[in-house]
Amino acid sequence: MTLSRRSLLASLAALGGSVLLGRRAGFAQAAPLTKPMPSSGEALPLIGFGSWITFNVGEDPVARDACAEVMGAFFAEGGRMIDSSPMYGSAQEVIGYGLAKLGHPPALFAADKVWIGSGDEGLAQIEESRAHWGIPRFDLLQVHNLLAWEEHLETLFAMKAAGKLRYVGITTSHGRRHKEFEAIMREHPLDFVQLTYNIVDREVEQRLLPLAHEKAIAVIANRPFQQGALIRDLQGQALPSWAAEIGTRNWAEFLLKFIVSHQAVTCAIPATSKVAHMRENMAAARDPLPDEAMRRRMIAYVEEI
Amino acid sequence: MSAWWTYRLSDILPFSPQTYYRLFELHNPAVWPAQLLAFAAGLAILALLISRPPWAGRTIALLLAATWAFVAWSYFHVRYAPLNWAAVYSAYAFAAEALLLVLSGALGRITFATPWPLAAKTGSGIVLFALFLQPLIGPLFGRSWSGVELFGIAPDPTVLATLGVLLAAERMRWELLAIPLTWCAVTGATLWAMSSPEALLMPATGLLALALALSRSLRKA
Repeated sequence: MTLSRRSLLASLAALGGSVLLGRRAGFAQAAPLTKPMPSSGEALPLIGFGSWITFNVGEDPVARDACAEVMGAFFAEGGRMIDSSPMYGSAQEVIGYGLAKLGHPPALFAADKVWIGSGDEGLAQIEESRAHWGIPRFDLLQVHNLLAWEEHLETLFAMKAAGKLRYVGITTSHGRRHKEFEAIMREHPLDFVQLTYNIVDREVEQRLLPLAHEKAIAVIANRPFQQGALIRDLQGQALPSWAAEIGTRNWAEFLLKFIVSHQAVTCAIPATSKVAHMRENMAAARDPLPDEAMRRRMIAYVEEI
Repeated sequence: MSAWWTYRLSDILPFSPQTYYRLFELHNPAVWPAQLLAFAAGLAILALLISRPPWAGRTIALLLAATWAFVAWSYFHVRYAPLNWAAVYSAYAFAAEALLLVLSGALGRITFATPWPLAAKTGSGIVLFALFLQPLIGPLFGRSWSGVELFGIAPDPTVLATLGVLLAAERMRWELLAIPLTWCAVTGATLWAMSSPEALLMPATGLLALALALSRSLRKA
């Protein structure tokens, strides 16, 4: 697989931004591990971030600054993919605020969704989303939860063909509509799928992840912590003694390393409103990652709890 | 969204409890000094409920309509809608209730009996609660005083005071009860999804109001 000039520049920018911002914040980390997107070979860090709930803070100036700080930490750690949706209230505007405050970090991989019942209104919604982010174009647009997917996919593929979009995808969450999702994956030249995958919700291991691997579709794993419930459930429990073998120091790293070590998964997108949690999440994108035997051990340990 | 009924409310609630409560902390200074006017309106409503002059129904209906319209615009449309796309429907519902109150007041459909039946006493008690005690619930559970939810400014105490007035009225006006009762369910579900300690307050008061309204209607039938 070859790297495009743009992806190479973006990777270098991510690395440069990481070092630059890292020094400013008083910490310098190695660049996060990446995986190549199957359709282009462009490298993407194993951890991105989602904006569901955490970035929907409206006009609150204090909360907006806190979100911008989280974004700053994300880029400082070498992060690239930020994911949002018109469904997430003010999250897109808050991301736009953060990007402007950070001087539009060149490493950004902007992922958003189209989420509207009428195919005719898709373009207008995408334009509104783009204006909220304050960027010239999105890297990835996905049909959110398969809503009006036939019409929207047509729009997105047309945008890609016209050079107005780099990647096209579809999303689902909470394990819904997997049969229809699979059929779309088989019939359309998707670059990305986004689905729910975590150490407890592993249904996608049966069909969707193998299919994504076979069809060279990148996979974004959402709900890595089941909206925080997994972390809350595990918080009082001790990490296994062997967790050190995969370099995990906390449950967030443990859960994320499990997800991104699946061969078909390109990245996970945990959401957080705290800088410390963002750094914990990003630490999961560093060696060593669990092998297959270790992954089975991780599942067994969590299931036992 | 297909199979929407399979989602839990917590799956689709797009904000955190912190953001939700912060909303009131931002809303209060933004609308100041409307709180003083709203409180004065609340006191006037209470005084009219107790003294019951012949023009009480019209005046109370207009005062309540003003608070519903203000909440529709300032809270739902301006403050809450950026966080939750569904808030626009709440804004419409509150505006519709304001309109219904104006019409009912103008048509003289809200009147108060001279002897004070039990339902009227309960209704006045609910208004009293909405004005003075409901705002204390947030601080009681450790939330900021700057985020107090006040009658005429925030939806819950406005709805509760309206239920009180409707119960205190001589005749049940079901067309005016529908939106407040629906709101009791909506806000209860929202607070429940956020594991808020007072989640049951509004649904419980709504059920009490519904039970009293039904018993009065059945007795008259």
